Amino acid sequence: MTTAQKNTHAIDISALKREDRKSVEQLETCIKVENLDLFYGQKQALHSVNMEMPHKKVTAYIGPSGCGKSTLLRCINRMNDLVDGVTIKGKILLDGDDIYDKSVNVAALRRRVGMVFQKPNPFPKTIYENVAYGLRIQGINDRRILDEVVEKSLRGAALWDEMKDRLNDNALGMSGGQQQRLVIARAIAIEPEVILLDEPASALDPISTLKIEELINELKEKYTIVIVTHNMQQAARVSDFTAFMYMGELIEFGETSELFTNPAKKQTEDYITGRYG
Amino acid sequence: MMKAWFKSGSPWIWMTAGAVSLNLILVVGLLLLIAVRGLGHFWPADIIEYRYQDRDGPESAIIGEAVATSLLPAAQARAAGHELLDNGEYLVQHLVKTGNRDILGSDFRWIQQQYIHGQSTPDDLIMVERREWGNFYGRLLAVKEDGAVIAQGEQAWQVAQQKLATVLNQHDEIDSLQDHEVGAINYELERLRLKQRGLELKNAWNEAAKQEFAAQKQTYEKQYQVIQQQIGKLSKESKRYSLVVAEAGNKEITLPLNRVVKLTRPNTMSVLDKCIEYVGNFATFVSDEPREANTEGGIFPAIFGTVLMVMLMAVVVTPFGVIAAVYLREYAKQGFITRVIRIAVNNLAGVPSIVYGVFGLGFFVYIIGGNIDRLFFPEAAPAPVFGTPGLLWASLTLALMTLPVVIVATEEGLSRIPKSIREGSLALGATKAETLWRTVLPMASPAIMTGLILAVARAAGEVAPLMLVGVVKLAPTLPLDGNFPYLHLDRKFMHLGFHIYDVGFQSPNVEAARPLVYATSLLLVMVIIGLNMFAISIRNNLREKYRALEN
Repeated sequence: MTTAQKNTHAIDISALKREDRKSVEQLETCIKVENLDLFYGQKQALHSVNMEMPHKKVTAYIGPSGCGKSTLLRCINRMNDLVDGVTIKGKILLDGDDIYDKSVNVAALRRRVGMVFQKPNPFPKTIYENVAYGLRIQGINDRRILDEVVEKSLRGAALWDEMKDRLNDNALGMSGGQQQRLVIARAIAIEPEVILLDEPASALDPISTLKIEELINELKEKYTIVIVTHNMQQAARVSDFTAFMYMGELIEFGETSELFTNPAKKQTEDYITGRYG
Repeated sequence: MMKAWFKSGSPWIWMTAGAVSLNLILVVGLLLLIAVRGLGHFWPADIIEYRYQDRDGPESAIIGEAVATSLLPAAQARAAGHELLDNGEYLVQHLVKTGNRDILGSDFRWIQQQYIHGQSTPDDLIMVERREWGNFYGRLLAVKEDGAVIAQGEQAWQVAQQKLATVLNQHDEIDSLQDHEVGAINYELERLRLKQRGLELKNAWNEAAKQEFAAQKQTYEKQYQVIQQQIGKLSKESKRYSLVVAEAGNKEITLPLNRVVKLTRPNTMSVLDKCIEYVGNFATFVSDEPREANTEGGIFPAIFGTVLMVMLMAVVVTPFGVIAAVYLREYAKQGFITRVIRIAVNNLAGVPSIVYGVFGLGFFVYIIGGNIDRLFFPEAAPAPVFGTPGLLWASLTLALMTLPVVIVATEEGLSRIPKSIREGSLALGATKAETLWRTVLPMASPAIMTGLILAVARAAGEVAPLMLVGVVKLAPTLPLDGNFPYLHLDRKFMHLGFHIYDVGFQSPNVEAARPLVYATSLLLVMVIIGLNMFAISIRNNLREKYRALEN
């Protein structure tokens, strides 16, 4: 991508409607990151990150590869616990409660904070069972409840009309874009408060990407969404707030329109104009 | 030129393809050899009557089936003391199955081509399969009822067949009475005896119990008397008929019909008849019990024992192997100790099977079995119940032997499940155990099945350890029957592999046993293939279901 294109894009941003936007401070905070340090063994991957992500808004993390944006995202539902040799210092508050507190039930936390990964990872089960998985884990096996939730979630992920006659087909027979929406349906079936999206469209074709982005726009009505993306247009299109990270540090965090049109930091400007990354 | 050829890689392709072909030829060749040698045994061969006169005897008749022909070089023949009348290069000898072991002393006889004056296949020659003394070859003269001749000549054949059918029915009836009814009563009486002994040991053997037991005993004994009477009647009935037959030397012999299993005239059979007979013979071999030191009859108990033992082994080894692999791969901290454990597991797979047999005998049979007997079956002492080799210990020993295969295969399968699937499940609020149970293990199930297939293949073909922990030459009862608790894990059982060893190398009747060795080997191979096909079909179904790994 050339610099010229990126600049054109920056101009698009300025045309965004501004009247309904409020600044971070005025909104109710959903997730608050306080002085978060993360080490992989000896190597520090996150340096004292502080951030407040508001309720029912889309927050995007951008930055070059290896800058720690995925790591930060995975801290929010404690996915990093699975990695050997990780040490985390600092706090992440979800609705005011520290999720790294000893008393926290990690499985229960992950029910509140759903996650969608870069590559679609449906289970090798039927479409129906994929969506019902989270409920079955919670011990809900009532067919009527499951039917209802499956339909609602598939509708929520804009998949119902395509898939309503194929609910008992294996999910692995779907296209990549459908699989990714199925994974989103699976995540919203357990009605989380937050949905984390880790580059959800990077493995998809442009049309599927578009569908996912439309979906994100609908989902933010009900959920707080955090998305990691490599694609700056995507960040600009779907997010309300954007965080730019570099080398494990949060360089700048603010309203998307603001950050793209009028970055406060030189590094941010360099990145969004394509000077590196 | 040559260098270019080497560089092109074709020699490599030729070499690998050659190796594969060689393997295929070896496997197919072995199977063909076993099949031809083993399956030929069931073909109803013509009975030949030879007119035979050797150097210093008068001309005599020999009746039997031609089994094999050998060519002995002249020099060797002379050295062995044979004369060559025509000064030919070879001495031609035929092996004839003459049967009539009771008269001739052996079933087989070598005769020399040069002394045969003539041979023919008369229609009236009969083959009688007997319950004792092997086959009889000769001619049917008459059928007797209560000692009086009721049919003679050509008519005798028809009558003999009819009477044989009745007698065989009676025999089956007697057998079933003896096996099921009498067997059940004996079983109950034994249980009663053990109960009494148990009460005595507990000092609870009082008058009331005594009377109750005596009453029960009497009921059983009354039942026994009734059955015994039935058996007596049937057996008397079946003893009424007999065949008068003539052997090759025209000596007349009387064969009681209730000692006869089968009566045929193969020389009069058409090819179709022989085919039907062949299938019948094979079916008998597969479904019947052995007779006469395993050289006659069928091998059903051995097939049954093999399959049952392998299935029990699979039932035991799968959960243990999978649990061990799950712990090693999913829960244990990967480090020096897990590495040592893995090496140990892999080495276990290389331990000679007889060592497992010795371990099974020492640990399972004597220590565990002995203690079970002491704690739970004190009334049976001094006779052991579990403190003696048996089906359970054989299955456990083989399960132990095949455990490494299942562990290694399962670990392999677990390590191939993509991380993304596990994360997907965890992100939905599943705990690690739930993720394992609902997603990872089902996806690893094809790999687990692969391990099981390898385990079954190894266990089914194993003989050495079984000789120490439960296999016997002849088991009087199957380990599965109609008496509670139906599956008798403490019983000894028969096994195809051991049967091959026993028939082939421990049998007094070598010539008769040889085709049975091939036939039994074929059956063993077929059983293993069958078990494997079953497991493979399950695995393929699972693979189809969980083919996520290929994406």
